[in-house]
Amino acid sequence: MTVIEKNDVAVAARAGDIWKVYGSGAAEVTALRGVTAEFRRGQFTAIMGPSGSGKSTLMHCLAGLDVATKGTVHIGDTELSGQGDKVLTRLRRDKIGFIFQQFNLLPTLSAAENIRLPLDIAGTKPDPQWWDTVIDTVGLRDRLSHRPSQLSGGQQQRVACARALITRPEVIFADEPTGNLDSRSGAELLKFLQLSVREHGQTIVMVTHDAVAASYADRVVFLADGQIVSELDNPTAEAVLDTMKRLDVLVAAPRQSDENVTAPAAAR
Amino acid sequence: MLRSTLKSLLARKLRLVLSGIAVILGVMSVSGSFVLTDTLSRSFDALFSDVYSTTDVGVLAKPKVSVATVDGVEVPGTIPAATLDKVRTVPGVATATGRIAADGARVIGADGKVLASVGTPRLGINWVGEDDLVKLTAGRGPNADGEIAVNAAVAKAAKLNVGDQVGVLTLSPKQQFTVVGVFGYSGDRDSLGGVQEVAFTEPVAQKLMLGQSGLYSEIRVAAADGTTPAQLRDSVASAVGADYSVLTGDQLSEEAAGDLQTGLAFFNSILLGFAAVALFVGVFLILNTFSIIVAQRTRELALMRALGANRRQLIGSVLLEALVIGFIAAVVGLILGVGVGAALASAFSAFSGGLELAGVGVPPSAVISALVVGVLVTMIAAVLPALRASRIPPVAAMQDVANPDRPLTKITIAGGVVTALGVILLGVGLAAATGDSVLPTIMGGVLVTFIGIAMLTPLISKPVVSVLGRIFAWSLPGRLGRLNAGRNPRRTAITAAALMVGIALVTGITVTIESTKSSLAGKAEDTVRAQLVISGDQNPSWPPSFDASVLDRAATLPGVRGAAGLSYDLAQVNGERRPVNAATDLARLADVYGAVPAAGTLTTLRPDQAVMSAQEAAERGVSVGQTVSVQLSRGPVHQYTLVGTYEEDTLPAAYVLPAAASADFGNPQPIYGFIRLSDGVPVAQVLPQVQALLADSPEVSAADRSVFIEQQTSGFDQIIMMIQLLLALAILIAVLGVVNTLALSMLERTRELGLLRAVGLSRAQTMRMVTVEAVVISVFGALLGVVVGALLGTAVVQALDGEGITELVLPWGQMITYLLVAGLVGVVAAILPAIRTARLNVLGAITHD
Repeated sequence: MTVIEKNDVAVAARAGDIWKVYGSGAAEVTALRGVTAEFRRGQFTAIMGPSGSGKSTLMHCLAGLDVATKGTVHIGDTELSGQGDKVLTRLRRDKIGFIFQQFNLLPTLSAAENIRLPLDIAGTKPDPQWWDTVIDTVGLRDRLSHRPSQLSGGQQQRVACARALITRPEVIFADEPTGNLDSRSGAELLKFLQLSVREHGQTIVMVTHDAVAASYADRVVFLADGQIVSELDNPTAEAVLDTMKRLDVLVAAPRQSDENVTAPAAAR
Repeated sequence: MLRSTLKSLLARKLRLVLSGIAVILGVMSVSGSFVLTDTLSRSFDALFSDVYSTTDVGVLAKPKVSVATVDGVEVPGTIPAATLDKVRTVPGVATATGRIAADGARVIGADGKVLASVGTPRLGINWVGEDDLVKLTAGRGPNADGEIAVNAAVAKAAKLNVGDQVGVLTLSPKQQFTVVGVFGYSGDRDSLGGVQEVAFTEPVAQKLMLGQSGLYSEIRVAAADGTTPAQLRDSVASAVGADYSVLTGDQLSEEAAGDLQTGLAFFNSILLGFAAVALFVGVFLILNTFSIIVAQRTRELALMRALGANRRQLIGSVLLEALVIGFIAAVVGLILGVGVGAALASAFSAFSGGLELAGVGVPPSAVISALVVGVLVTMIAAVLPALRASRIPPVAAMQDVANPDRPLTKITIAGGVVTALGVILLGVGLAAATGDSVLPTIMGGVLVTFIGIAMLTPLISKPVVSVLGRIFAWSLPGRLGRLNAGRNPRRTAITAAALMVGIALVTGITVTIESTKSSLAGKAEDTVRAQLVISGDQNPSWPPSFDASVLDRAATLPGVRGAAGLSYDLAQVNGERRPVNAATDLARLADVYGAVPAAGTLTTLRPDQAVMSAQEAAERGVSVGQTVSVQLSRGPVHQYTLVGTYEEDTLPAAYVLPAAASADFGNPQPIYGFIRLSDGVPVAQVLPQVQALLADSPEVSAADRSVFIEQQTSGFDQIIMMIQLLLALAILIAVLGVVNTLALSMLERTRELGLLRAVGLSRAQTMRMVTVEAVVISVFGALLGVVVGALLGTAVVQALDGEGITELVLPWGQMITYLLVAGLVGVVAAILPAIRTARLNVLGAITHD
């Protein structure tokens, strides 16, 4: 990892020695153990790791969806830790974009309305030029008036991408964006993400367990057992798979306790 | 299957609570009314057994005209002094006391007004000394004509002390008395159940309360040692003959209480009627809740099907859930009902001025009705959702749980048929207009119509909600709220329909009453020629009256063309109970009021002549020249020859009897006075002089005609208010329905809400979104209610056209108020779901399954 000064404008998101502990006493589970990472502006980063490695937790903490037990998180030059709901909500609205595995579109709104949603929430109008650019990039111009239920899975996920892009956020977090797609739609989507990084300078952080998906990124960060254990720049699918295999061997032996830390909320 | 049902029930306690509340409230109102009437009835039992505790045997004269408690005051029959003497000679009689006790002794309070009574009697009695029940607390009993003793309740209300002067209105106009004593009752009571009592000397009581000397209203007999009350009763009965009823003390108290029981039973059935409306609304709520739950559990139920559960088991599962909820809710509702009944009973006791309450009991009727109603209503409401659950295909377990938009064709056709059926039923009921089956037919018609309209509501909900929602479309949360309200037409429709029921009933009744009021007022405006009217606020038990001499004096005032009065009595006319009036002078009344003769003439009546309205004459089959026999509250049966009839509503009476007849009336004094001024004389010139003449008649006032018309219809406003109050429960349940629907919908949309929060919707915006949804649903319901109610009311008014209701009045102000209130209700209903939604953990919600 390159050493960058703390307030460097080239950093879109930064985690400083963050820890995340769930529960207490005997039920205590440590999901993150002092993760420090920087995500540079205009870079496509993939976070990889086996189940229970803490990769989703890391993303949730970075995105202001979850609060780290210890450590600091910056989005741009905004410090997240210790902020209330109001500030975090604004931050999510203006500086962060999300793409979820489940698409998460509002069924009552048309595709165009779904894309415009964050702007409508903020009460602003889309920049017409950027709007056209985004719509053309995702290739949904003839589907704009359709409801999500009238779109295919791939199309729905592209609407979700457009929604994330439309606000030109500091960083887009994508949580297994191809998890619910067939391989062709998945590849299209990943190419599209790559494109928005290369051509429009978007910052994207993507959590995935798919080596092929990770190979579209500029950089892969490997997590195991709540810690960053490895990194790859300009990865190929084979290199990613190799690293993962090594990690599996490494992790399988000492610890198997943190099995369910990735989705603590799923128990609700 | 049983275990999995119970487990799923326990796992979602919120659902249990929400669907239970509607049943709880309904059951609460049912059992509450039973507990209330039971408590009151036992309290009255205790009261009367207290009143007659010192009496072994009582002798009563049969009343000339029997009047039920709910219809007004019964004038007691009288017993001549000779009968008392006869009783005294009966072997076994230790003492026999002649008692006078009659309603209508109105004490004038410190403010110059008559002491208020809430339907409780204001008895004028003769002082017979202290006994085990009656105790003097100050002074002594009256022994001169100008002296009275009053009970402590009167003394407190009028701020009277021994030695004070006080005016009392009786069958005679106001007279001044000196208070020489104040009495209470055993157990430090100020009154017996709030009854005001004024004790005169015997001759004064006879003259002022019974209208004649030498009469009693009751003889109370104490048995000599060795004679049982029953033996004494028999020997007294054979001595006085069949004209009197002779009863033991126990029988007397039973009989007195029995009179009130009829009134209470009537009261109870009114309360139960409103409870039934509340339960009817509750059915909508439960139906909706179970439908939503079944929709949300689609995957779970499909899985059960896939694992081999058959349809019957699924139906059983849903119905079992309903049974458990219904039972628990019934028990909770019963407990609350006991509390509410007790609270209402003590409110009643305080309001009536101190009825001592017997302990609160839980009558079996309350328990049985609570359980039956609670369980049955819940099960009935759950039948449709249960059937729907059984139709879920096993394959749904593997598919994404989408709530498919089922086509509305079937339900719309069915709704149309049901509505048509309801309207036909309603039409039949309204067209018949008389007979025993009319009310049930009309009510059944209304009920079926409501169900039909509720079934049609999903179809209209989409366009209406979309139009209503435009009001809020200026902001994104508003737009989202509107879209959410429209996304499940059935759910929105049922929730709104529940609100519709209460509001439609209130609106329909208001339209009918307002139309009646306006028709009556319009008619009075057209027909009454008198510019000045003397009258008081109409009190059902003892109509306010005034000194008849006022009219004579008013007639001599400069500028007055004539004055005439009407007194009132409940009589038996040809064996049927009818209200009758006596005119001070019919010729003058006809001139002053503006009566229009239909047949015969309207001249000054001779003592054996009477006139009646043309409609009444037609209904009774009487024509001019024939005679009618009339039994008034006092005196013998009179025969009157009909000398004329008048156009309906050109006199405020069905029968007008000669002035002499009023001597036998329950209250001989006039209740209305009409004064016609000479042409061109302004009202303001005469009014103060007439008001001055009324100084000693504080129950009435003189005012110009419009005030009189307003007073005539003021009772209607009270009815509207009562109905609004009673239907408030139904509306409250409907509001809970909105809360319920919202809460369950929010649960269903957890992931969506999580996303909205993730992409930056603030808490305040989230709350606004939920609130708009609630407001749109409530206003939709209110709009339906107002429209349906207005249509119902119009139908009733049309049907009553022949009965003299000619004007249709739509209470726009109230209808708009209902809509605004509905908006407010929506805001209130949204509070809890909105807070819950805003507090949603974003991360938890977005990964919610």
